[in-house]
Amino acid sequence: MAEKYYAGIDVGSHSTEAVIIDDNKQQLSFSIIDTGLDGNAAAENALNLALAKIGINRENLNGIVATGYGRANVTNAGKQVTEITCHATGAHHIFPQAGTVIDMGGQDSKVIHIDENGQLVDFVMNDKCAAGTGRFLEVMAKRLGSDLDQFGNLALLSEQAVPISNTCTVFAESEVVSLLAKNHPRDQIIRGLHQAIVDRIWAQSQTVGIHGAVIMTGGVALNQGVIQLLEDKLKCELLVPPQPQIVGALGAALIAHRNFR
Amino acid sequence: MKDVGAPALIGLRELTRKKRSRSQSQLFGPPLECTNRLKEIMTRHYYLARFATGAKPVAWVTSGAPVELLRSFGFYTIYPENHGALVGAKKQGAAMCSIAESAGYSPDLCSYARIDLAHTLSGKTPTGRLPKPDLLFASNNICQTITYWFKAISYHYNIPLILFDTPYNYTELAQTDINYMVEQLQQMIPILEQASERKFNNSKFAEIVGRARETSLTWGAILATMRNSPAPMTIFETFFHLAPIVSLRGLPVAHDYYQILLTELEERVRDGIGATSREVKRLMWDNIAIWYKVRDHSIQFAEQGMNFVTATYTNAWAETTQHLDINNPFESMAKTYSLVILNNNLDYRLKLMQRLIQEYQVDGLVIHSARSCKPYSVGQYDIKRKLYQELKIPAVIIDGDITDERAYSDEQTKTRLDAFFEILGN
Ligand SMILES: Nc1ncnc2c1ncn2[C@@H]1O[C@H](COP(=O)(O)OP(=O)(O)OP(=O)(O)O)[C@@H](O)[C@H]1O
Ligand code: SF4
Ligand SMILES: [Mg+2]
Repeated sequence: MAEKYYAGIDVGSHSTEAVIIDDNKQQLSFSIIDTGLDGNAAAENALNLALAKIGINRENLNGIVATGYGRANVTNAGKQVTEITCHATGAHHIFPQAGTVIDMGGQDSKVIHIDENGQLVDFVMNDKCAAGTGRFLEVMAKRLGSDLDQFGNLALLSEQAVPISNTCTVFAESEVVSLLAKNHPRDQIIRGLHQAIVDRIWAQSQTVGIHGAVIMTGGVALNQGVIQLLEDKLKCELLVPPQPQIVGALGAALIAHRNFR
Repeated sequence: MKDVGAPALIGLRELTRKKRSRSQSQLFGPPLECTNRLKEIMTRHYYLARFATGAKPVAWVTSGAPVELLRSFGFYTIYPENHGALVGAKKQGAAMCSIAESAGYSPDLCSYARIDLAHTLSGKTPTGRLPKPDLLFASNNICQTITYWFKAISYHYNIPLILFDTPYNYTELAQTDINYMVEQLQQMIPILEQASERKFNNSKFAEIVGRARETSLTWGAILATMRNSPAPMTIFETFFHLAPIVSLRGLPVAHDYYQILLTELEERVRDGIGATSREVKRLMWDNIAIWYKVRDHSIQFAEQGMNFVTATYTNAWAETTQHLDINNPFESMAKTYSLVILNNNLDYRLKLMQRLIQEYQVDGLVIHSARSCKPYSVGQYDIKRKLYQELKIPAVIIDGDITDERAYSDEQTKTRLDAFFEILGN
């Protein structure tokens, strides 16, 4: 009997990921690309990339599940599931002890409470604007002349933070400009920005409560500054998967496995 | 009379049959026959309002004001909140709000207030015309916004504002509070006599109080039919059928209408006719309707086999009016109006919701966090957590607004609701 494969595709506001797993739920391959303007095209490209890496054809896929903002437009998916359930499923698979999943992406941050079976119990999301999410960090990194992958580390250079009162991206940007004009050290401003975002996600987490082991997923989990400051604030360790950005796509692949075997 | 004031019911009409596609109409049971009668009543009310000026004293009244007293003097009443809902259902909320904003009112101000101020400033209304008020009659039992909003209207028209001040109920209603409120009601009488050029008539007043009580009890019985499974009506329909109890309370027309509606619903229950074709899960709604989304939501939930069977909002007009007592009209009105959900503590609200969840066999809760309505939206996260802890009822919070569609995002709401459906489907 031919080997069976399952794919999950996460079309997020920032990036699109695809994950391929086999019948034993082993992750075989993944891809991460920018979403760009056409979500459906990004889904196609990400899937093709992940398939090509292991030399598997589309016909060998038993099922595809799409998630993320662009999920409704992924024409070749057999099922659409929210990123909330997908991040929960993916995180539980990697860390079976998971009780809380914090997913911070480009425009959304979510705190998800799951039970011991990885089932969704409750969640909270940021409100409409992208204040205090990954996009905020991108804009601030650019404004402060830092690469995104270094930005978090810069926040850890200084013990002191200049308090930033706004998590609204537009207001915070002008606040940063005026702080720079007043000669506040750049590292301290960067730490202040990270602290602001951490305070916000912390407040969000308190509305659903922290349960069991806390997993951090999404692109912002690559930011060491956020991880460390959030650990301090929550007074607990955060478990970060090796590839935090693909957890949603992995969850989607696992759901494909459950539904299309 | 065609179409006058009918916008109030546009959402309702759409909700029933006209614009639904074939596959959508399969989601619902047969439409309620009463809907046409409701439409006639509200159309007539707004139509006659055009001719009220000069013929009758006109009062603009808030939803939680003790209108029974006012009615005994023969006032024609207009409810700006009902008008706001109507503007919202017609999807004209944002346009109206921006008129008020251009006059300097903050976008953070309640959108009912912004719509009313916009109408006052520009004369715009989908009803054609609203009669100029001779008097304003308000109670701060729903919020403080009312006080300042009605002050602004009072200033604009240079007319008296009567404000019924209801002390917030932190724990239990004290006799001193009741006395304070009764005294206020009595002080209103000479002012109302002057404004209406009529003498206060105690027996007429008692009659109106009695009728308001009967009407509210009937409204309660109407809601109670939804305890049956399948429920004969959805909460989205009750949002519209609520109009008479809010704005025509104490008048025979409201009383008679609800008798007929109740009979129709009881027949449906007897025949096992549900409002939705599939009622797999039963839900509760918290806060005021998202007026411009009522139709979309009704379809979205029906597609999932979910029906809303109760709401704190619609329940409000059945909850405290039972205190009304013709033998003790003043004191009973003080209780009725000061114990309303928005003037009551969070513990009260929590217990009320627990009771509704049990009585209506609710499986899940949708909480609308309304940008306009701070008093209704405060504490919702705590309530959500408590209800989960105590009853294991899953809930979702959606951000939006009652009438200002700029404060609502379809995409974000969809993700939240889809995740909520996934929780309930587990
Ligand atoms: N190398 C990196 N180092 C630090 N942060 C990063 C890095 N790459 C991405 N990020 C952060 O991750 C964010 C994007 O996260 P992710 O890819 O999970 O978003 P998404 O799933 O597309 O968005 P959403 O879930 O909100 O729709 C960026 O906004 C950025 O802040
Ligand atoms: S919606 Fe809320 S804030 Fe606005 S008038 Fe009503 S109670 Fe007051
Ligand atoms: Mg994402």
